[in-house]
Amino acid sequence: MVFLEFEKPLESLYEQLDKIKQVGQEGDLDVGPMISELETKIQKKKKEIYGSLTGWQKVQLSRHPERPYTLYYIRHICDLFIELHGDRNFRDDKAIVGGLAKIDGQRLVILGHQKGVNTKMRQYRNFGMANPEGYRKSLRLMKLAEKFGMPVVCLIDTPGAYPGIEAEERGQAEAIARNLFEMAQLETPIICYVIGEGASGGAIGIGVGDAVYMFENTWYSVISPESCSSILWRSWDFKEQAAEALKLTADHMHEFGLVDGIVKEPLGGAHSDREGMAATLKKHIKQMIRELKKIPTDELIENRINKYRHMGKFREIVTSVEE
Amino acid sequence: MGWFKRLKEGIQTATKHKKEVPEGLWFKCDECKETSTMKELKECFYMCPKCGFHCRIGSHDYFEILFDNGWSEMFEELQSFDFLGFTDLKQYDQRLQDAYTKSNVSEAITVAQGKLNNKSLVVAAMDFSFIGGSMGSVVGEKIALSIEHCLTKKIPLLIISKSGGARMMESAFSLMQLAKTAALLTKLAKSKIPYLSLLTDPTTGGVTASFAMLGDVNFAEPKALIGFAGPRVIKETIKQDLPEGFQTSEFLLEHGFLDFIVPRDKLKERIDNLLEIF
Ligand SMILES: [Zn+2]
Repeated sequence: MVFLEFEKPLESLYEQLDKIKQVGQEGDLDVGPMISELETKIQKKKKEIYGSLTGWQKVQLSRHPERPYTLYYIRHICDLFIELHGDRNFRDDKAIVGGLAKIDGQRLVILGHQKGVNTKMRQYRNFGMANPEGYRKSLRLMKLAEKFGMPVVCLIDTPGAYPGIEAEERGQAEAIARNLFEMAQLETPIICYVIGEGASGGAIGIGVGDAVYMFENTWYSVISPESCSSILWRSWDFKEQAAEALKLTADHMHEFGLVDGIVKEPLGGAHSDREGMAATLKKHIKQMIRELKKIPTDELIENRINKYRHMGKFREIVTSVEE
Repeated sequence: MGWFKRLKEGIQTATKHKKEVPEGLWFKCDECKETSTMKELKECFYMCPKCGFHCRIGSHDYFEILFDNGWSEMFEELQSFDFLGFTDLKQYDQRLQDAYTKSNVSEAITVAQGKLNNKSLVVAAMDFSFIGGSMGSVVGEKIALSIEHCLTKKIPLLIISKSGGARMMESAFSLMQLAKTAALLTKLAKSKIPYLSLLTDPTTGGVTASFAMLGDVNFAEPKALIGFAGPRVIKETIKQDLPEGFQTSEFLLEHGFLDFIVPRDKLKERIDNLLEIF
């Protein structure tokens, strides 16, 4: 198990637990009561730690190396999944995966950012940072879903769209803008989940939907706390402050009305019970599809556009001309 | 959702329009270092009379260049405020106050309707002098309102982009303006009302990744910086120097993301020609 800085108090408790279990295996000593006492302690400590996470701690949890990624969910949720590759234009982007799927008989298109599970794969997946062809592949799959009347599920987990020379040459901005435009009027339900990191244009590029949900320990923001710190504080050292200032947690985002809801994670984060998390997601997707399927397409699109139409906060002042 | 707060909280006097180009008798070009008079510069549409370098200008300068005589400004009553309590080295409210004083426009975008060679046109032009032309809720809302106005009146829309991207001090609210403006543009497209997108120096980040790239025709002024990621971020990521001419208008034209580049002295004529055909 990997413990983050703020999880350190748990690490020693788990170590104690392991030792006692070992003692129990070696001798005739009845360690049962001690184990249950420790387990209660761990549970209490967990509630204490995870019940009061700061913005920055949630950012760290969202990047936990053991956190499940898109392909994990797809494998554990779908009865059938046929991965489809390529944007039919330039190449196949490995930072976004997607394809045709079936969940309990329901056909759908599911896609999302994919991070690598080890050093080699992290590079292969470009750390979940998509190039334009990733967004264009996504759009191709979404249009396929529209054509054959399937709902679309997008799983968002990216530190940002890739900032590189070739990404610019191939129109990173245009690819994202095109997706926002097309997703706004896609004639089929779109359900989005922020399952990890939701950084800026790279996230919203597959994030326009009828139902947009955030997992409990994820973040969604116009910029990562690190970059925000570097630009506004002119130093990399203020990421904690930036994370607080950006109000980027699922709670904030839901309170602001910028996402439709929060998907609860197991105590300790999605990685502490991966199968449980996948089961929760599966149930949620099925429920969302059931609800959205009832809405006539015209109404669905009108509601979708109206939802975004009303995002924003400002004041109206009375202007009087005094000459 | 009750985002729209009607707060009649104070009287604001109409702002006097200040040019981004400094006032004075002489102009020294940043590009060729030659000196011209301000009068010459102005007669050349704020392009250097010696080398053609396009000086950064503000929304009102564009209105003056494009509209025949006079224009009416719209949605001036919308004002940003610090609803997140965002403080970095400075409070957002303080940044806004500084921007009001420094730039003399009330937001990073100003919208006006007028006639261009007798053709009705709505122009939404961004001001870089206002917090780097950043897009927050007000910019998004003004664009949304402009689109709706164009839909009702059946008038073509021109957006002149000039922006460092989304406004960080409004966090995800700024990010959602990308989706909001793009979503509204689909309505304009469905009604077959032309939307022209002019990209000027600089246009980067969330503005490029939303409405600026979605014109029926996308065009730019010469040598403008246009991109998604800023050059500094790219340089830090790839740890290499960037090629000559990277992320310029010419670079985008070459890679197929612009329809054409037009110098400022031909801008009015070119838009007139487009409106003639649409
Ligand atoms: Zn010059």
